[in-house]
Amino acid sequence: MKKYIIKRLLTAIPVLLMISVGAFIMMNLAPGSPTDLYVSPDATPVQIEATRRALGLDQPYHIQYFRWLGRALQGDLGINYSTRYPVLPILISRIGPTITLMGTTLVFSYLIAIPLGIISARKNGTWVDNLLTGGSFVGVSIPNFFLGLGLIYIFSVQLRWFPTGGMSELGGSGGFLSAIHHLVLPVIVLSAFYIANMTRYMRATMIQVYGENYIRTATAKGLASEVILTRHGIRNALIPVITIIGTDLPRLVGGAIVTEQIFQWPGLGRLTIMAIQQREYPMLMAITVLSAVVVLFANLLVDIMYAVVDPRIKYN
Amino acid sequence: MEDRTILEVKDLAISFQTFEGVVKAVRGVDFTLKKGETLAIVGESGSGKSVSTKAINRLLPKKNTMIESGEILFEGTDLLKLSEKEMQKVRGNDIAMIFQDPMTSLNPTMQVGKQIAEPIVKHKGVSKEEAKKQALDLMDLVGIKNPTENYKSYPHQFSGGMRQRVMIAIALACEPKILIADEPTTALDVTIQAQILGLMNKLKKELDTSIIFITHDLGVVAQMADRVAVMYAGQIVEHGTADEIFYNPMHPYTWGLLASMPTLDVGQTELYTIPGSPPNLLHPPVGDAFAPRNEFALEIDFHEEPDMFKVSDTHYAKTWLLHPSAPAVEPPEEVRRRKAKFESLYLGKGEINEMGGEALGSRS
Repeated sequence: MKKYIIKRLLTAIPVLLMISVGAFIMMNLAPGSPTDLYVSPDATPVQIEATRRALGLDQPYHIQYFRWLGRALQGDLGINYSTRYPVLPILISRIGPTITLMGTTLVFSYLIAIPLGIISARKNGTWVDNLLTGGSFVGVSIPNFFLGLGLIYIFSVQLRWFPTGGMSELGGSGGFLSAIHHLVLPVIVLSAFYIANMTRYMRATMIQVYGENYIRTATAKGLASEVILTRHGIRNALIPVITIIGTDLPRLVGGAIVTEQIFQWPGLGRLTIMAIQQREYPMLMAITVLSAVVVLFANLLVDIMYAVVDPRIKYN
Repeated sequence: MEDRTILEVKDLAISFQTFEGVVKAVRGVDFTLKKGETLAIVGESGSGKSVSTKAINRLLPKKNTMIESGEILFEGTDLLKLSEKEMQKVRGNDIAMIFQDPMTSLNPTMQVGKQIAEPIVKHKGVSKEEAKKQALDLMDLVGIKNPTENYKSYPHQFSGGMRQRVMIAIALACEPKILIADEPTTALDVTIQAQILGLMNKLKKELDTSIIFITHDLGVVAQMADRVAVMYAGQIVEHGTADEIFYNPMHPYTWGLLASMPTLDVGQTELYTIPGSPPNLLHPPVGDAFAPRNEFALEIDFHEEPDMFKVSDTHYAKTWLLHPSAPAVEPPEEVRRRKAKFESLYLGKGEINEMGGEALGSRS
């Protein structure tokens, strides 16, 4: 297992390099240049050229890339063009809020969706199941911006129960309760999809598991239905569900772009939009590579989890 | 063999609600099982043999199954009237089952030893350590080598034959009074099949368990059964002792089954097959369900369902051919050969397992 993990980590290196090259190429293929935004409209070509040189944009692309790579390997991810402030501290300051938001969302969603999926499967074909399946359909279909704006209108503007956005009150000292208060609406908006999605998967998986012969064997042993569910049903249903959790995990850092924008949440999602709009190349490179690292790590974690849950899976 | 009835199925009728309509899978089945006896239920796919036995342990899906009529009396108690909780005490404890497909009948994420120990903890109320000890003994009993090591194995590490041994160990864990084996060897190759059947026979003798053995393989029946019930289209069409069914069959369907068994005779070039296919039980036919495929069918077969005629105290067949006013018919050659053997055997009181032995390992 140790060997397998080391091997996977080593193979991640070329993958990350390729992703960074790809991201770099795509960024430079996009029309426009960062200098367009930082130079006054009536600047002379000489002034523009000076700015480009100052940002290192006058160099050939491959030189630019290797300079970036060389610095990145030493922990220097470059500077933000507009603020001349290093990328890394900004990035780090934005990770916390996003993980708080998405972590809460995912944990909340799974806690609700897994039992709902099981209930839906066990009540397969009844009105309870129809209600849950219908609800899930709405949940996966409804766009975040629509749900977000709707909830803000009802609960913030009309009822004034929750703030319209942000992570803490202006001038407030923050604190746990304030954070929860600010989290409620964005978490609900984000959870709609994750709850619906996971409920559907859990339902489908449980129905499939309950059609398996080993459930019939467990019944024929005279076990109580709760024991069959927990000991024989859920354990086997977890295997496919881990895959879904694995695809959800990378969204811990990149899953809330639209919702963060709607709720003015100071996380990575808003940072990404800002970086794209302002052509902050170093910031975009950093965000892309960070997302890639999280995806690769989540994949590895899923593969390890498989081996933990399913004795048939062994890595050598 | 004690002459004590342990299970009595009376007029059992079961239907399934499907998208196409109501399928009458079992249409009035009666049979009894005595202590220590092996009853084989034979018939082709869809004849209702699995359904009627799954009904005994109430393993049919509740959602679309309708028990139209009947009683299943286990030691005098109607199992169909028990609550789910009471039924759990019967399953695995008094009545245990072995299924057709050992490859998928074990939980892939649970150690096999634990799967064997599970019903022991549940029904005997013993500690986990004691259950483990008993599970290890059971593994030894069913011929799993190195029980202590293999206790912690997972099903995927076992072959099909070994998994079926595990299934048998699970079924025997609480010394059930009845063991229902639903085609337990169909998925196994022939040598493993012989081992498993041998094991079941040995355990039956040691534990005095009654067995209901469901199969479509007459070779297996010859090896296992004391009595045989032949099912067709949701009904028992003939039942009797193994000898009576093998050597003195009365129902044309039984004739067809026996004639379509391969034998080791030189010169037999083509295997006999029963023409046609079984009726669709969405619309069960009027009269004898076998009539359209029966070359010996009488006019009345198409209009009226035959009664169960008595051949001997132990032998009954549901065919109009046994009616006193029915014309005499000449059964197929293979059956005549068997009947001749039957007469010589019962006149000479000789050993009667010879023909059964011949049928061993062959498949219907």
